[in-house]
Amino acid sequence: MPVRLDRCPASSLQAVASPEQTRALMKPALANRLTPYMFLAPAGAVLVVALLYPIGYMVYASFLDWNPSQRIGEAEFIGLRNYVNLLGDDSFRESLWVTLKFSAIVVSLEMVIGVGLALLLDRNIRGMSVLRTLFILPMMIAPIVVGLMWRYMYHPTVGIFNRTLKNLGLEPIPWLSDGSWAFASVIIADIWQWTPFIFILSLAALQSLPQSAIEAARIDGANGWQQIVYIKLPLMMPVLVVTCLLRLIDAFKVLEVILVLTNGGPGLSTEILSLRISRTASEFRELGEAAAMSNYLLLLLLLLTLAMFFYNKLAEARAMRLRAAAEVDEI
Amino acid sequence: MPHIRFAGVEKSYGAVRVLPPLDLELEDGEFTVLVGPSGCGKSTTLRMLAGLESLSGGEIYFDDRPISGLEPKDRDLAMVFQDYALYPHMNIARNMSFALRLQRNSKAEIEEKVGRVAKMLNIAHLLDRKPAELSGGQRQRVAMGRALVRNSSTFLFDEPLSNLDAKLRAKMRTELAEMRDTLDKNMVYVTHDQIEAMTLGDRIVVMSEGVIQQQGSPEELFKTPANRFVAGFIGSPTMNFLEAELTAAGDVLSVQGDGFTLPLADALKARLSGHASKAVTIGIRPSAFSTELTNAAPIDLHLAVSEYLGAHSVLVTRCGDAEILVEHDSASPMKAGVTMTFGVKPEDIMVFDKETGLTL
Repeated sequence: MPVRLDRCPASSLQAVASPEQTRALMKPALANRLTPYMFLAPAGAVLVVALLYPIGYMVYASFLDWNPSQRIGEAEFIGLRNYVNLLGDDSFRESLWVTLKFSAIVVSLEMVIGVGLALLLDRNIRGMSVLRTLFILPMMIAPIVVGLMWRYMYHPTVGIFNRTLKNLGLEPIPWLSDGSWAFASVIIADIWQWTPFIFILSLAALQSLPQSAIEAARIDGANGWQQIVYIKLPLMMPVLVVTCLLRLIDAFKVLEVILVLTNGGPGLSTEILSLRISRTASEFRELGEAAAMSNYLLLLLLLLTLAMFFYNKLAEARAMRLRAAAEVDEI
Repeated sequence: MPHIRFAGVEKSYGAVRVLPPLDLELEDGEFTVLVGPSGCGKSTTLRMLAGLESLSGGEIYFDDRPISGLEPKDRDLAMVFQDYALYPHMNIARNMSFALRLQRNSKAEIEEKVGRVAKMLNIAHLLDRKPAELSGGQRQRVAMGRALVRNSSTFLFDEPLSNLDAKLRAKMRTELAEMRDTLDKNMVYVTHDQIEAMTLGDRIVVMSEGVIQQQGSPEELFKTPANRFVAGFIGSPTMNFLEAELTAAGDVLSVQGDGFTLPLADALKARLSGHASKAVTIGIRPSAFSTELTNAAPIDLHLAVSEYLGAHSVLVTRCGDAEILVEHDSASPMKAGVTMTFGVKPEDIMVFDKETGLTL
């Protein structure tokens, strides 16, 4: 409640406030309204400096024909030409296609394997906690290290895969030197690293399912497989949708592992978008074009994020409606 | 309907034994209530019957056929859970028809069965709603409906009314009692509420710490409890227990305690004559106290609090150090702070062994 300060004795004001603060307090209603924003201000400032400024800078740069030897002020403003050029650029389109293909394949496979593993390991067996910890280890390794590790394993002569094939009397496989094999190789490495992410989230979802619903299904006559299909998976669905979107957003931005494994090659077979952006900026020295490409990627991710946002909103609205309906008609 | 028999059924979790060997027979077509305080093993017993818990020892027989190795679905039973356990992602019709759909019944048959049960339970207008759109009472009915649609030979109820508010619980209890009379099924009902047990059960099994204390009809349990635990558990308000000593004076055997001397009924005399001057616990139900003193022994009670409940009041009184509850007609109100003389008839006094708690 606002206090009428003009009626307060002067001495009490001096005790708590300096003259400047007193002036500010003269409009207590305004001060009250501003208080929450003042608390938010530090976070807001960080947000502006760390997030909005770089993004704004990038958006501005995407309208420039900008060479790294120039200062940003010297670069020529060319409007939307970078964006238009990119749409006509076969390499960019190829790279976008590789990215989409890569994301779709890895996320689908990771979802199937991750959820499958979670369903298999959702039980009380001795040593299960150790096993679970082992399963999530790959996720904890730095992507560069993962890339290096897999590059040695994929090595055409001394790598473990080809040595094993050779010992079995089979032909060696050109893991990283053939376009299709290289694409498969990066997919395998990504699945190895990121399936655990889906596994732990699915396992958490599984273990928080209402046990009595599953017991009811057992009494109703559902066998193990039917319990999974009719009860467990539908009940896990909200978590799975969010997990899938998170993984998809991440997969679109993948860089390090592929950079170390193939550096985009052979040809353009594994050149995902973030790799192309990095090469456009550093090798082709086209900062404006690289910025425009980043913005295309940003838009794509924004669409996914919005999809997630609306999915959550929808779920919330639905829950609200259900609760309201239940309250209306008590028996 | 099978005759269900528990033979030496045990349950342990690791080193913790929750159920010592248990023998129990459930008669054909009977409504059996397992009742006891929380942690007495009644729910575990029911869940083992359902097949949701494994047995650590012993065997359960349906008509002499061992069933402990069978999956829940192969035991021909339906169950109503405490939290209803509805499938949140299915609408009510699909919730109720889940078992039938798994059995690949024809669509027309499913619709007919679900419709009939829904009508019987008064939930036909809710069939295309989701469980979250229903109130507690409606969900309870749906859970019941899902069990009924199955038409199994045995129904299991695991505290089905305990999540409802008091008014709704009373209503559902009445409906359950009606259902019991119309359905010719084995029903096993678990509850911690002795009123539910008394109103619903053909036979009540009172359990404590995994051990069956007594089983019998509601009337048997109320009138001739086997021990102090059953006497205290059955009946509301609960029975009063007083420490006393048996004294024989001439032809009369009585119990003497702090502030009272009450003669015992002739029927007890024969059984207790050898126990003169033995320390015992006596039990008197709150309804046994009367202001009418003819044919009754007097006992002076100091009135501490009077709890008005409508037609009658519960008087909290003191006799020496003991607290005694008295049920009293509200028509003649009594003031707190006074000392009143009540009469107790000899046949209303039960005598328990002080050490073992068994009825003497």
